[in-house]
Amino acid sequence: MALLEVNNLHKSFGGISATCDVSIRVEKGELHAIIGPNGAGKTTLISQLTGDLESDSGTVYLDGKNITRLPMHKRARLGMARSFQITSVIDNMSVIENVMLSVQAQSGHSFRFWQPVSAQQELTETSHEILVNVGLQSRSLHRTTELSHGERRQLEVAMALAMRPKLLLLDEPMAGMGSDESIKMIDFISSIKGGTGILLIEHDMDAVFKLADRISVLVEGNIIASGSPEQIRDDKQVRRAYLGDE
Amino acid sequence: MDGALVVVQLLNGIQLGVLLFLVAAGLTLVFGIMDFVNLAHGALYMIGAFICASLTLALDSFLIAIALALPATFIVGYLIERVFICHLYHRDHLDQVLATFGLILVFDTLVHMLWGPAGISYPLPNWMNGQVNLFGFVDFPLYRLLIIFSGITVAIGLYFVIVRTKTGMLIRAGASNRTMISALGVNINQLFRYVFATGAMLAGFAGMIIAPITEASIGMGSDVLLIAFVVIIIGGIGSIRGALIASLIVGLIDTMGRSFLDDLMKLVVSNQAAETSAPALSAMLVYILMAAILFFRPQGLFPPKTR
Amino acid sequence: MIAGLKLHGGVVVAILLLLAFAPFIIDWIDKPFYLDLVTRMVILAIAAASLNLILGYGGMISFGHAAYLGIGAYSIGIPAYYGEYDGLYQLAITIIACGSFSLLTGYVCLRTKGVYFIMITLAFAQMMFFALVSIEEYGADDGLVIDLRSELPFGFSLENSVSMYYLCFFILLFFLFIIHRLVNSRFGMVIRGSAVNDSRMQSLGFPTFRYRLLCFVIAGVMCGVAGWLLGNFTNFISPEMMDWTRSGELIFMVVLGGAGSLFGPVLGTAAFVLIEEVLSGFTIYWQLYFGLFLVAVVLFVRGGLDGLLSKFSRSDK
Repeated sequence: MALLEVNNLHKSFGGISATCDVSIRVEKGELHAIIGPNGAGKTTLISQLTGDLESDSGTVYLDGKNITRLPMHKRARLGMARSFQITSVIDNMSVIENVMLSVQAQSGHSFRFWQPVSAQQELTETSHEILVNVGLQSRSLHRTTELSHGERRQLEVAMALAMRPKLLLLDEPMAGMGSDESIKMIDFISSIKGGTGILLIEHDMDAVFKLADRISVLVEGNIIASGSPEQIRDDKQVRRAYLGDE
Repeated sequence: MDGALVVVQLLNGIQLGVLLFLVAAGLTLVFGIMDFVNLAHGALYMIGAFICASLTLALDSFLIAIALALPATFIVGYLIERVFICHLYHRDHLDQVLATFGLILVFDTLVHMLWGPAGISYPLPNWMNGQVNLFGFVDFPLYRLLIIFSGITVAIGLYFVIVRTKTGMLIRAGASNRTMISALGVNINQLFRYVFATGAMLAGFAGMIIAPITEASIGMGSDVLLIAFVVIIIGGIGSIRGALIASLIVGLIDTMGRSFLDDLMKLVVSNQAAETSAPALSAMLVYILMAAILFFRPQGLFPPKTR
Repeated sequence: MIAGLKLHGGVVVAILLLLAFAPFIIDWIDKPFYLDLVTRMVILAIAAASLNLILGYGGMISFGHAAYLGIGAYSIGIPAYYGEYDGLYQLAITIIACGSFSLLTGYVCLRTKGVYFIMITLAFAQMMFFALVSIEEYGADDGLVIDLRSELPFGFSLENSVSMYYLCFFILLFFLFIIHRLVNSRFGMVIRGSAVNDSRMQSLGFPTFRYRLLCFVIAGVMCGVAGWLLGNFTNFISPEMMDWTRSGELIFMVVLGGAGSLFGPVLGTAAFVLIEEVLSGFTIYWQLYFGLFLVAVVLFVRGGLDGLLSKFSRSDK
């Protein structure tokens, strides 16, 4: 049983199909990358997977459970975490508080009104560990608005990780990063690879071919090819549609 | 319930709806294009009425007074935009709400200083007084009919401008997608200034034509503003069509509710229960309608297309 | 920096001390009228603090918060009209009435966002306002006079204006403490998080709606208690108490003091009541200056008085 199983997912906006009959699978521990030119429907696909957008047709199974019609927060509870293409963190809180929120989200309901979170070691310690892992521990008490772009991207991923997800959806984690920061991020993603299934959307081909176990190519809402990095590199159709223009 | 009364109240409801539309049109465009909450919009309704009152009394002609008061409220709106409003576009809604709330206090007090605390009533020309016989069995005041006609004329004019002209196209584009219209290279600030001033003028016009019936008074702006908000929420913020339809719905429901709810309730509950609860219920009717609509359509009846 | 923080904290402590000893100070300077002013200030501070919970921390800009002041006040007024003066009974009615009103309206309002939320809270408050204006039985426009203040257990009498004041003051302190605990708890984290980025909170796995709704209800009930005090204090209730301008004033008190700061609403309310008092002594056109002041605060003072104080104390080193 695949970790994520997407069957014939479809979404159109006013008659224009953004995703069309998309079927993909992500196995446990696998890193599956989706590449494709701008406007290919990658972000639409991610939004459909997370429940941000309702699909017109098709089904999504996470770990064997049909989640096609579940709201966003329930999918998150079932172990689906995402990072956003445009950094989305909680901007009036400190770095560690952002991570604490992620940890908190995974530890039961939050109808707990009295004890200050800063005194709850199960939140603070776990969060601290995660910040150490992503290398943000020195920024722990800073406000998120004081972080550099790259650091905000790291925090974004840290928050997704802190949810201890079964499946991690990374939407262009390297977007807008400098080359040093990108290399750090690539190292980081390869260090977490294997522990959790990852669906990666990325423009940076070097990163994709370095990290991915499997690659699917999305063009105009259709998956035109899917296979190992070598297969994709050699696929004529892909070269013509996508890589050929380099 | 007799038929004549129903027709009269229907017409009254339409008249209220038309008036609400004049106020709501500017409000919804300003909301739609600049994402700007303007609580002070009702003040322009009041200012229009007071300017028109002074002019009518001075010139002894209601029509000339309106002809002069229209450009005057346009200028007032333009100035308010230049002095206060333009600093607030990039603020969040909370700041906009607060600042324009402050402006209401300012304008109410200014009107108080200039015109005194009491309301001013002014007369209609003789030929506008009197009743018209409609459909052979209903007498209806001519002036109220004129209000309906002028409101419908404005609505048609507005529709024509918005649907048929280039400016209108930009306004529509702006209401549904702000970044697009600045991408087209249009000076959105300029465009908005005129939309704001026009909205101010329309609200002022509504004030001018209702004041001969109600008199011009301090606070008249706030009363109409709150219902106008209900209208644009029901209609969908930014939608002129929604504003028109919602205005008529709200006008009709409010008027009909106030006149016939107790009779209707008497069919269901005891006379005494109906008489005690009907006034309260009819006052709440419009809001209940709004809550019901928002419950099913949180973006109103005609939500602007986003992105 | 540390000295600066002390200065800032010092202002708060000074105000709290002033409030704590207000009746004695007023007695000493022999201006009994001021006790009324301070009592009103404290009651409004409770209302503002409750609004701050949803507006400042939760990002829910309610433009209808005065409705709860009114509902709270009518929860004494209507029983009193029928000769029922038991304070705890009235308080129970207040809590139930405000709780259910906020639950019902919150359920609709919180489905909306942004401007829609502001306007729909305003509209619901207006609905309440017009409903009470049209109920002749309870005085309609003219309101009701309450003959006796609520009777409380243990012989605690509110007819004595000093005990009335201290009851208000202790409720203010108690609510501030509750709010402080709330916003720093897990519940508060969810509320504060969804204030700035609700969709991110949902993607983290928080069903934010139910938390926000509960927060909305808590704030409504707290403000209802302020209304219960206000009705007792003024011995008079009318729909005027929930007029929409009252809601606007409450928002201003919160923003003036500093939204999202625990003591901000107290500072803001104190400043508001004092400025109103001073200005209205000078001219009948005081609202003109008050309105301009309000506009100026929005345009030039970010973060309210609390923000100013901490900025000042920080640069002070």
